[in-house]
Amino acid sequence: MGHAHKLEIFRGLIKFKSNTQKIWGVLILLSIITAIEVVLGIYKPESLMNSFLGMKLLNWIFIILTIVKAYYITWDFMHMRDETKGLRRAVVWTAIFLICYLIFILLQEGNYVESVYSSGYIKRDF
Amino acid sequence: MSSTVANTGVDNQSWGGGNAPLKASYGKMMMWFFIVSDALTFSGFLAAYGFSRFKFIDSWPIADEVFTHVPFLHGQELPMIYVAFMTFILIMSSVTMVLAVDAGHKLDKAKVTWYMFLTIIGGLIFVGSQAWEWATFIKGDYGAVQTKGGNILQFGEYVDVDGEQKFKRVALGDFVVSETKVRSQHESKNGLWYVDEGSLPSYTVDQVYKGLAANENVLVRTQQLNDEREKTVLSRTASLEAIKNNGVLVVEGANLQVNEYGSSLFADFFFFITGFHGFHVFSGVVLNIIIFFNVILGTYERRKSYEMVEKVGLYWHFVDLVWVFVFTFFYLV
Repeated sequence: MGHAHKLEIFRGLIKFKSNTQKIWGVLILLSIITAIEVVLGIYKPESLMNSFLGMKLLNWIFIILTIVKAYYITWDFMHMRDETKGLRRAVVWTAIFLICYLIFILLQEGNYVESVYSSGYIKRDF
Repeated sequence: MSSTVANTGVDNQSWGGGNAPLKASYGKMMMWFFIVSDALTFSGFLAAYGFSRFKFIDSWPIADEVFTHVPFLHGQELPMIYVAFMTFILIMSSVTMVLAVDAGHKLDKAKVTWYMFLTIIGGLIFVGSQAWEWATFIKGDYGAVQTKGGNILQFGEYVDVDGEQKFKRVALGDFVVSETKVRSQHESKNGLWYVDEGSLPSYTVDQVYKGLAANENVLVRTQQLNDEREKTVLSRTASLEAIKNNGVLVVEGANLQVNEYGSSLFADFFFFITGFHGFHVFSGVVLNIIIFFNVILGTYERRKSYEMVEKVGLYWHFVDLVWVFVFTFFYLV
């Protein structure tokens, strides 16, 4: 079992001395991101409530931070960073393409059904 | 013709047998296969949640108003705090898991044992927290009235908070007087043996209407979101009319049929997605316990390889990964 770990994150900006140290470093990073999410979620700053590409700016921030967290969990906790390119691509791109398609088709249709409701063709209380 | 099985493998070529393609062992590769398929299952659920949410985008419950409770802090509205704690616990147990894997690479049995133990404890705390979260959600807060069309009407009043008029929710019990029960619950032992019904709500719609009429300050709030993305509060006359004309059922708490917080789909998805995730955590804990005992018994010590810890670790991190998304889409967005 060759287990040489790559010990740097942020494209080499932060280098760790040992694998254990890297784990604690990633924990701190994930905790900071979660803390930011929670604080934003509680206070909901007015300036982030504007709509951007069909969704509130705040929600875009939440989703992007979530994907950042998912990246570090997969890359450092699940050691994807140390796997071969082939395995990495097989796992990640398969999931990303299928999930993007799924999200697109379902949200698109949800939006359409909503438009039917809101244009008044369907009434719920008589 | 030498087409026997023994000859089909070509030495020193990937996929020829006898080596590990992509430098991953068979077990780890299969765990990755499983994780990808399970990730697609979960994204299917979350995308379906997104579908329903977009379908009812103007009347979807606001998560911050639903999940406000923290154990031991009764009556305080603290959105996000408890679920942030749960998230932290799960990330923490992910860390102890990866530390166990790291200790496994160094064949350090004592450390692997200790870190596996901490991981199991973290998982149990998380599952317990989720059970508490469910119990609180099922029990409900204020109670509501469901209309003929399945909409939810909630109650509240305007109160002065630092000179500002703020809408505060009022529980049914605070303004409805419960007279004698109209009828008792139908149980199969005292009625038709093949018919059953759930427990009856504490009040009837008529009693709620009387209570509303007697309390001038109480108003009805619909699920419809207004321009400020807040739920619409009806005027006094509209409130009375809404209950009188449309109210059919008093709802307390949430289950798969009714949901006092708003759209019943919200409760359905909450039970289904967090339940499916909780089931994953539970089975992860079981797998961790099995591996934990194998570590103690020295199975991997003798094998000179702790790869099994690594494989169960992959699953455990995946459970954490899924929670990160559930947290975002159920509690934040």
